[in-house]
Parts: sequence; C-alpha cells; structure tokens
Amino acid sequence: MANESQNFDNILEIKELQTSFFTEDVEIKAVDGVTFDLPKGKTVGIVGESGSGKSITSLSILRLIDRPGKIVGGEIIFKGENLLDKSNEEMRKIRGNQISMIFQEPMTSLNPTYTIGQQIGEAYKIHEGLNKAEARKKSIDMLKLVGIPSPEKRIDQYPHELSGGMRQRVMIAIALACNPDLLIADEPTTALDVTIQAQILELIKELQEKLDMSVLLITHDLGVVAETCDYVAVMYCGKIVEYTDVKTLFSNPQHPYTVGLINSLPSHEEDIEGDLPIIKGMVPNPTNLPSGCRFAPRCPYATELCNTLPELVTDDNNHQTRCWIYTDEWNGSTEVKTYAERNS
Amino acid sequence: MGQPAINEQKSIPIKKKKSQRFKDFYKKFKKNKAAVIGAILIFLFILISIIGPFFVPYDPGAVSPTNKLEPPSSDHWFGTDHHGRDIFSRIIKGMSYTLFVGFSSVFLGLIVGTLLGIISGYYGGRTDSFIMRCMDVLLAFPGILLALAIVSVLGGSLRNVIIAIAVFSVPVFARIVRGSTLAVRKLEYIDAIKALGASDSRIIFKHILPNTISPLIVQATLTIATAILTASGLSFLGLGAKPPTPEWGAMLSDGRNYLYQAPHVAFYPGMAIVIVVIAFNILGDGLRDAFDPKSKK
Repeated sequence: MANESQNFDNILEIKELQTSFFTEDVEIKAVDGVTFDLPKGKTVGIVGESGSGKSITSLSILRLIDRPGKIVGGEIIFKGENLLDKSNEEMRKIRGNQISMIFQEPMTSLNPTYTIGQQIGEAYKIHEGLNKAEARKKSIDMLKLVGIPSPEKRIDQYPHELSGGMRQRVMIAIALACNPDLLIADEPTTALDVTIQAQILELIKELQEKLDMSVLLITHDLGVVAETCDYVAVMYCGKIVEYTDVKTLFSNPQHPYTVGLINSLPSHEEDIEGDLPIIKGMVPNPTNLPSGCRFAPRCPYATELCNTLPELVTDDNNHQTRCWIYTDEWNGSTEVKTYAERNS
Repeated sequence: MGQPAINEQKSIPIKKKKSQRFKDFYKKFKKNKAAVIGAILIFLFILISIIGPFFVPYDPGAVSPTNKLEPPSSDHWFGTDHHGRDIFSRIIKGMSYTLFVGFSSVFLGLIVGTLLGIISGYYGGRTDSFIMRCMDVLLAFPGILLALAIVSVLGGSLRNVIIAIAVFSVPVFARIVRGSTLAVRKLEYIDAIKALGASDSRIIFKHILPNTISPLIVQATLTIATAILTASGLSFLGLGAKPPTPEWGAMLSDGRNYLYQAPHVAFYPGMAIVIVVIAFNILGDGLRDAFDPKSKK
C-alpha cells in the first residue's frame, strides 16, 4: 500500500491541496484539503460524482485553474519538487512534457481548424523544437502507437473526419507525444460508446506499461476503476472520504458513501427486484456545506457526532477513511461497522 | 529515396482540402448577385485608381478660366467646375485618394483593435475592464464628431485624417475580436493546448486569432465604407484634403455653391461617393452570408 511501503517511489504527492473559487461574496472550496500519493508506475483513480472536486484536483496539479479559481493552499510534489513553487515558465515546460492530460470530450478537445498531424506536431514543436518534417515523422509513429490504421493518411485529416474513439486515440497520441512521466486522464471514456471505452482503457493500460508512466484517472464510473486502477481515492464535496487499494475498496468499503456507491451498481450475479438502491438526498450546495461530515445529511448512520468533521483515519491495513464509525469515539450502533461490510 | 516520395504523396490531400474550403466559400458567394457586383465594382475601382490617372483626358489640376462651370459634353464628360477643371479627370484622380484613405485607416484600426480585443478577451479581469472602458469612451462619441475633434487637434492632412478614422474604428474591431476570443477561450481545445504547455502568444495567434478572422473581414469591409464616408465628410467640412487635391468630399463642397447654375459639379462627386460606399456595403453583406456556415442558400 502506498504509504506503508518505503520501496515505492511516489511520483506525485498531494498534500492538503486547497483550491477555491471566489465569487463576489463567497468562497467556494472546490478542493478542500486533498491528500494522496501516486506511486510510480501505478494508476490511481479518483472517483466521485459531479461537483466533488475531482476535475479541479487534476487541473490544480497542472496549475490550470483559471480565475475566479485559485489554489489557496497545500503542496503538489511532483518528482520531489513542489509544483506550486514553480514559475509560470517552468510550469509551461512541465505541461505536456512531463505531465500530460487527456480530456473528457474528444469531440471538442481538438481544434477543428487544424489537421491531426498539425496538432500532434505542436507538442514536438513546443517542447522539442522539432521542424515540420521531423514532427510529422514522429507524429506518424505516435499514431501508429495508439493503434490508428493507415496513419500516413489519417495525419492529414481534420478532427471532424474521425470517429469519437479515433479522436480520443489522437488525444492520447498528443498527450503521450513527449513521453510524459504522469498522465492525467479526466474521464477519458465518458463520452464514448461502451465498446470503445474498453478499447481506450486497454490502450491506456498498454501504453502505461510500454512507456513506464504513472496514471491519474478521474472518473465517476466504478466499473472503470475496477478494471484499471491500483489505488482509489473516493471524493465527496472536495474531500477525500476513502483511499485504499482497488481490491479492498470493492471487498471492504468502509465509508457509508462508498458503500452507497457500490450498492447502487447493478450486479451481474443477482436480479434486483424493483429499483436499484440509491443514496438518498442531493449533493449539498457548495456555498453552504455542512459544518461537520459533508456526507452526514445523506448518511443513514449519522449521529450527533457527525456534526464535527472527522479526520482521515488510517487503519492497520493502510485503508484511509474519513468517518466517525471507524474511530473509538463512535457512539452509535456498533453493528454499523460490520453492516457496511456485509451490505457491499 | 523513400522520404521525399512520402512527402509528395501527402501534400496532395492537404491542397485538395484547402481548395475545397475555398470552393464552398466561392459557391455561396457567387450565389449572392449583389455581393458579386460589389466585388467586381471594387476591383474596377482599384484598377481605375492605379492606372486611371495615366489615361485621364485632362490634367486634374489644370485651371481653365474660359471653361468655367460647363455642363457635361463630349469634351468634358462630367462638365467642369468653377475653376474650369475637368470633373471626370478629378474624380478618377480622387479615386486613389479615397481608396487609400479607406483601406489604410481601416487596416490601422483593424490591427490595433484586434490586438486590444484579443488581449482584453484572453486575459480578462482588470486588463479587460480597462481596455473595454477606454473603448466605451471612444464609442460614446459619434464617429464623425470624434474624427473631427482629432483632426482639429492634429491639423488637417491626409495622414491625420487616416489616424482620426483609424481611432474611431478601433473600438468596433476590439469589441468583435473580444467577443470571439471570449467564445473560443472557453472551448475545451484551448484547455487541451494549455495542458500541452503552449505559451500564451502561441495560443492567441495560432488558435484564437484564426477563429476571429471571418467576422473581422466582414466588419473591415463594412468599415471601409464608413471610413470613406467620414473622410469625404471631413473634406466637405474643409478639414481633410487641402484645396487643390481632387478629393470627392471637397469637390462636393465646392459644387454646393453652384447647385442652381451647375448641379453637375456636386452631382458627380456625390454619385462617386455613393457608388463606392454601396459597393463596399453589399460586398460586406455578401461576405457575411458566405462566411456564415448556417446560411445554406
């Protein structure tokens, strides 16, 4: 597990990251004290529903937060150096070169007015100063690598001439052009057909091994997590509520929110009569978050204790959970501790 | 040997696509009869302004007291003015002056306006507020009044007329470019290119500017018409070209005193202004339709 073993060289360590958005009179804490490590060569998934702060976390790593947003605190240690201390120019050299990102919408993430080749070549021009012919040659190699057939022909096509899956492959080609150490994939398969999704995930995995990359995968799809990730961080309202390895997450989820998420997945093994189980209630308004545990208003087990914010507690197996149930202070029913396990 | 062969093979489809895009544009443009007429007229005007002065029947500055205010005839196609100068020759000569003022002032305004607009839209925040408030101040004055003020401060000359017109066309371009920049800046591919480590200038000039070009071309064409009108207006008021220059506005102003005895002195320069302005206007409208991907007809 990540923290336990000293053998793991963490490529990325995020410590107490805080990113807020400022409107006229309120501060919205989109990311509120997120801490996790990404071991080298591994895949860490960040799961959470819309507005949980997972995308903002990934954009914060690249320091691509635009006004009115701002990183207000914490550290982002990439290969031993704090990215928040870098100058804009240094940061620009890291983006696309050492840390790359692929986005959710392959339809809109490519500039419609340039050919595929021009857009892949841009990475080489920016970071390696290659000329047109060299960039073109490397771009063709890159297209080959991401499994695009007849790349010599495709390279001169415009994005609208490619299918969604093809475009996402092109996005991956652009992101990996300069052989980055860390790939951030922000919901890379959400906009794609299910069959294409599997192919793209397979491709990312394959290239990860080939190029010895670490991957930070942002998703709201637990199925994707199960297939691709080594470690998982579950986010809720800007905070990590649970962090563990992927096997433990599915076999022994602890936080009631994670339990709820897993329960609401349709299962192949048993038929569910009636509706799928749901998590009752709504994500709270980010301008008016509960003062205690963010999940308390929707949590079936919440007690008065939950009006104070619990810490992220690490158990003996290095399973981190932000919930009072797993602390000594817990004053509710003790059955809940096992109930959560049984119900998963 | 293999390398050049591959390159050769590949350059073909790119060319095809570019010509295809131009073909689509040309097809749409061709259907708009008025715009085609406008384009042909402007082409003719440019031709006339370049080669016309070599073929005019009379020296546009030659004074002939014996031939004052003659009506149009086979000798003087458009008649003569109160100094006996041939109006036809003067209008041909004035064409280059008019077009030069129109093109150069709009070009100047376009460059400055585009830069201000793109900086304003891209960086936003205080930079944006400051630039756009300055533009608002400029927009608050009616164009001709602003030009008048600038020319009276700087003094009447060709250069100052161009500067004055450029200044009042800057806010129009700045606003258009800022609008398109704001729209493009929010697109995901700009985020993607930022995540790739592109510098601001690269994003601005390679990815945002090309998306603002088509509304700019349309606006520039329409602004040339306004610029010509304003330049003539300034000359009419005696603030533009100095008297012997055959400027249309000044000629119109001269003719004003002889409207009853010799209406042709005012009529022909007036018509010249009207035709040039209409030509630019219909061309601008036609270009707008042709550039608009939504107008299929």
